[in-house]
Amino acid sequence: MTPALSVRNLRIEIPTRHGVLTAIDDLSFDIAAGEVLGMVGESGAGKSITGSAVIGLLEPPGRVAGGEIHLAGERIDHLPPDRMRRIRGKRIGMIFQDPLTSLNPLYRIGDQLVETIMTHQRMTTGEARDKARKLLEEVGIPAAKTRLSSYPHQFSGGMRQRVVIALALAADPELVIADEPTTALDVSVQAQIIALLKQLCAERGAAVMLITHDMGVIAETADRVCVLYAGRLAELGPVRGVVKLPQHPYTIGLMAAIPSLTGDPDKPLAQIPGSMPRLGTIPDGCAFNPRCDYRFPPCTTERPVAYAAGTSQAACLLHAPEFSRVAPAETLKAADAAGIRLPKPAGEAVR
Amino acid sequence: MTVAGEVVETETVNSGKPLVEVKGLRRVFDLSKPWLNRMIEREGRILLTAVDGVDFAIKEGETYALVGESGSGKSTIAKMAVGLLPPSAGSIMIDGTDVWGKKSQDTERRMRRKIQMIFQDPFASLNPRWRVGAIIAEPISAFGLISDPQDRAARVGELLSLVGLDPRDGQKFPHEFSGGQRQRIAIARALASEPKFIVCDEPTSALDVSVQAQVLNLLRDLQERLGLTYLFISHNLAVVRHVATRVGVLYLGRLVEEAPARDLFAAPQHPYTKMLLEAVPDIDMEGKDRQSIAGEIPNPITPPPGCHFHPRCPVRRVECDVKIPLPLPVGDATVRCHLFDPSP
Repeated sequence: MTPALSVRNLRIEIPTRHGVLTAIDDLSFDIAAGEVLGMVGESGAGKSITGSAVIGLLEPPGRVAGGEIHLAGERIDHLPPDRMRRIRGKRIGMIFQDPLTSLNPLYRIGDQLVETIMTHQRMTTGEARDKARKLLEEVGIPAAKTRLSSYPHQFSGGMRQRVVIALALAADPELVIADEPTTALDVSVQAQIIALLKQLCAERGAAVMLITHDMGVIAETADRVCVLYAGRLAELGPVRGVVKLPQHPYTIGLMAAIPSLTGDPDKPLAQIPGSMPRLGTIPDGCAFNPRCDYRFPPCTTERPVAYAAGTSQAACLLHAPEFSRVAPAETLKAADAAGIRLPKPAGEAVR
Repeated sequence: MTVAGEVVETETVNSGKPLVEVKGLRRVFDLSKPWLNRMIEREGRILLTAVDGVDFAIKEGETYALVGESGSGKSTIAKMAVGLLPPSAGSIMIDGTDVWGKKSQDTERRMRRKIQMIFQDPFASLNPRWRVGAIIAEPISAFGLISDPQDRAARVGELLSLVGLDPRDGQKFPHEFSGGQRQRIAIARALASEPKFIVCDEPTSALDVSVQAQVLNLLRDLQERLGLTYLFISHNLAVVRHVATRVGVLYLGRLVEEAPARDLFAAPQHPYTKMLLEAVPDIDMEGKDRQSIAGEIPNPITPPPGCHFHPRCPVRRVECDVKIPLPLPVGDATVRCHLFDPSP
């Protein structure tokens, strides 16, 4: 079956006065219909820019410099703006972080919904209004009929985000891109919104690209996870594998650094030394190598690609048979102890 | 005089008396329109009670965490504690001095030196036109701690290495640093006046997780080495669990539960605390059944009568919407909930 979204070797460049920066470098992933793919990474890792590239809203001078983006088998990364406009909103829905800025404060909620519905579907105003009411009911807004004539400021943060979800789903899109949909919300409301988004997309069979920095949200919502580091893929795999048995040293560090409600609170948190390199100062070889505990000589020269690693794929030379063979024994031992499933010929200790 | 004062001070520490004592703290904001508009539109005053009768105490060398959702009054309490916002009622005593009481200029200066603050956004809290060295040296010169420029520079270098930066970084400007490094600079600045008490207002919520762990570990390490006392404000319960000795849970300006951190996370008492803990995403993927919580925080201008939490409470009783619950002791905790009321 063709995936709802397929991104192949995507490369996004931002030309600046000081040379061309590569914001996304050789990124490939698929999202099947009805699947939720989580995109995680630190700020500046390239999560949001990937989302913008998919809907064709890259902010100039940023540009797609290579690779392909396919929506249900149809290539969309080189479409002219008017064709792209027909896809955006109709086949791809968007949910942004701040619900206050994604709704027009001067128009009533109902009018905004009706406008979106009528732009993409052949309907009379009456039918569109009816559909708008049904959508509001579906996203759990009480007294939907009277709320249609309310303005955005009359809703609370959580309710506003529900309206935004209704807007994104108005034209029954095949793909929903949710960029930090719960970051601006309080914890108690966050849980409601995530459950709602997941349920509605599952009912419609829409694929979801969930962009967030919160691993907790990913663990609860996503089917698969894509971990980005400095604009490159670090690890891609089923959520359980990535969270429970991460295969890339960066993911291992990231998971250990998250404070949790279990575990010993008196023990200091595990920390990754240093911080993510800025674009333009990414080291040679593996982008993570200066901060990595398992670095061995080829890491500073060879650029890793995605290798099979346990249930996932990881861009780490430890998973490449030709390189892990030359790795020092203690590095392999440490990696094995950390749960990294080394390729068969190198590690006999691996089950 | 000074000598006598110091003797008293050491005695208070030894007897385990708290360094910070907050009693009956209350803050009301007046959101009404101007008088003339009120007369013409026949409207009354609009008052928002951001903090409503909050009591707590922090022992020396401990971390007291205040948690709550937006609008619960966390940051208002922080501002009152450092002396940026006068309270409407109640008092804040720090090391025996009332922050808002009348006192001589000298006492005022001595008290101010003991209190410092670390803000949420390290991009906004450092002056972009100042070199890092000058930023950190400012509290030292403002309080006249070191007059010799060379000694002062040496102290700045010392502070920079204390927070894990290079002493030579003092020559750089804030924009040359990442978010986590900037927060380290903010911490170094806070330490420059040799404070006893530091208010940390969401110090890591603008940072990425891998950097958040570094800053949290640094704060803990500094506490152990320098014997600092923290008031830690956060909305993230998992973070609070890693830093706090005692936790206070705020809901619409009232402290609904107050307990030692261990007890609060092991056995939360108030229905709101239970709800907050359940809302934390399950990172361990133990298949925990997340209970969906109905409703949102009500508008603080028109809070529900009685117990503010009653419209969202799963175990609400008849008296909850009429009677304001009083703080009741439950083990080591203090809980404001009618469930624990012995009189039926």
